[in-house]
Amino acid sequence: MSETLALIIGKYNYWLYIILMMIGLYAMIVKNNLIKKLVGMNIFQTAIILFYVSIGYKTHATIPIIKDSGHGDGHGGGHAVIHAADYINPLPHVLMLTAIVVSVATFGVAMALAVRVYQRYQTLEEDEIRMRLTEE
Amino acid sequence: MRLIGFIIVCICGGLLLYGTSEFPDWGDPASPASTHLSNDYIEKAFDQTQVPNLVTAVLADYRGFDTMFETAVVFCAGLACLLLLRDYSRKKERFYRHVPTGVILQVKHPEKKLPVGTEFEYMDKDWVPSDLIIKNVCRILIPFIQIYALYVVAHGDFSPGGGFQGGVIFGSSLILLAISYNLRTLVQRVKEKALGILCALGVLVYVGIGALCMPLGGNFLDYSALTRIIPWDPHHIRAYGMLGVEIGVGIAVMAVMVVIYINIASEGRHDEGL
Repeated sequence: MSETLALIIGKYNYWLYIILMMIGLYAMIVKNNLIKKLVGMNIFQTAIILFYVSIGYKTHATIPIIKDSGHGDGHGGGHAVIHAADYINPLPHVLMLTAIVVSVATFGVAMALAVRVYQRYQTLEEDEIRMRLTEE
Repeated sequence: MRLIGFIIVCICGGLLLYGTSEFPDWGDPASPASTHLSNDYIEKAFDQTQVPNLVTAVLADYRGFDTMFETAVVFCAGLACLLLLRDYSRKKERFYRHVPTGVILQVKHPEKKLPVGTEFEYMDKDWVPSDLIIKNVCRILIPFIQIYALYVVAHGDFSPGGGFQGGVIFGSSLILLAISYNLRTLVQRVKEKALGILCALGVLVYVGIGALCMPLGGNFLDYSALTRIIPWDPHHIRAYGMLGVEIGVGIAVMAVMVVIYINIASEGRHDEGL
C-alpha cells in the first residue's frame, strides 16, 4: 500500500494531467452542446500543456534564463560555466509557448464555426442540429 | 451515451495511469526529456547566441522554422475567422441618438443617412450605455497595458517574455477597449483594413528577416549573416535577429487576436456585439 502511495506522490503531476485530460475527453464525448464540447477541448489542451511543462521541471533548478550573463560587456559567456542541472529544461516551454497561442487561435476558429452553425440552425445542441439535417 | 462515454474515459484514463508507473519521477533531473538535447541547449545556447533567455533562444533561433510556421498557423486562423464570419450585407434600418436630448431616431430607408457628429450619434439596436467607472478605469489602464506589452516584446531576450506574450497582451488591451466602450469605438480607432495588413505584415517581417539572410550569404534564418547590414556589435547579432523576428510575431498575434474577437463578438457585422 505504501509503495503505491509513494508511486502516486512521486508522479503526482501525471495523475493531475490525466484526470484533467479525462475530464476534457468526457466533455467532448458526452456533452450535447457544441460550446461545452469546445470547453472540453480546451481543458484537454490545457492538460497536455500541463504535462509538457511538468516534464521540463527539475528539482533544485531555476527558470531557464542564464544568471550573471553580464550583458553589456559583450563577453559574458566566458567567465562562468553553465551547469545544465541548474536550469530547467527550456524545450517544453518553447513548445508550449507556441502551442498556447495556437490553441487560442484554433479555439477562435472553432467559435467562428459554432457561430455559423448557430446562424444556420438557430441552435447549438447536437441532437437538434442532427434533426434539422435529416429534415432537409 | 453518457454511460458509454464514462466507460471509455475510465478505460482510457486507467491505461494512461498504468503507463505512468514507467515514467520518471516529478522533477527528476535524469529524466529522458532533460538528458540529451536540453542539456546541450542550456550549456551552449548562451555562448552561441548571447541571449540569456534560453526559451527565446531556442524559440527564435534553434527552432526558428517551427516558430515561423506557428505564426503562419495563427495568421491562417485569423484569416479563417474572417472568411467564415465577415458579413458585408448592409443593414436595412439605422438608429441614431440625438446627443443633447437623448432621443433615439430610427431611419428605415436604407439610402438615407443622418450626418453623424456632435449632434447625432450612431448607435446599435442593442446598445447599452457603458458604465462611467468602467469606461474611465479602462481608459487609464489601456495605455499602461500597451506599454507593458511593448516592454514584454522588447525585453523578451533578457527576461520572461517575447513576441507571442507581448502580442497577446497588446491584443487584449484593444479587446478591453471594445468591452469597456463598445465595438464600434475599437473599429473606428483600428480600421479593419489596418488589422488585415498587420496580420500579414507580422508574418512578412518574420519571413523577410529569414529571407534577408540568404542574399547576405547565410542560410534561411541564419541571423549571423545580418552582420553585413548591421556592422556594429557583431557579437550580439543573433539577439538583434531574434528581436526582429519577435516583433514580427508580436504584430501578427496582436492583429489576429483582435480580428478573431471582433468577428466573433459581432458575428462578422463589425457594429454590435459586446
